[in-house]
Amino acid sequence: MLLARVVGTVVATRKDPRLEGKKLLVVKTVSPDGKDDGNYLVAVDTVDAGFRETVLIVQGSSARMAVECKDRPVDTAIIGVVDTVHLDDEKAVAASARK
Amino acid sequence: MYLGKVIGTVVCTMKNPVLEGKKILVVQPLDPQGRPSGKPVIALDSVGAGAGETIYWCRGREASFAWYPAEVPTEATIVAIVDRVNVKEKATTDKHR
Repeated sequence: MLLARVVGTVVATRKDPRLEGKKLLVVKTVSPDGKDDGNYLVAVDTVDAGFRETVLIVQGSSARMAVECKDRPVDTAIIGVVDTVHLDDEKAVAASARK
Repeated sequence: MYLGKVIGTVVCTMKNPVLEGKKILVVQPLDPQGRPSGKPVIALDSVGAGAGETIYWCRGREASFAWYPAEVPTEATIVAIVDRVNVKEKATTDKHR
């Protein structure tokens, strides 16, 4: 699972019928200390996330286990809106994130 | 499965209902010598791991099997707390501390 920030929306008229009614958002992955990773993903929103919020995303076949995503063609889902991230040792993370 | 160290926690109020009551932790993957390897990941906790503990975690679809038969949307789950790692080439390391 990854942390990401919502940076935009996707509108698609023609799509798989099982995606109808699903909100698609563009998210940019971030490291736990809040720095941008630079990867963009399109994710299905299951928790009513909003613009610029930090969210928890799940990728791969596990994404289909989220409520509202069962048996749908989904491989990235937003499953939580992050309130806070607490790090025990900020320096250790900052160092590893730079690798 | 991979070794890792718990380095933080994530708090979410709004979340997928299946995640309710489950702890979300930040894990720094480690190599067998206890050195950090790669970027930190967010993992669900199935064993009650705490801050600073060395754990092992699995990723992918199998991560949700910790709660089988419940279907939990997770791709990284902490499945054990490590007491000791024995590596043949190197001396025994205790808890990587």
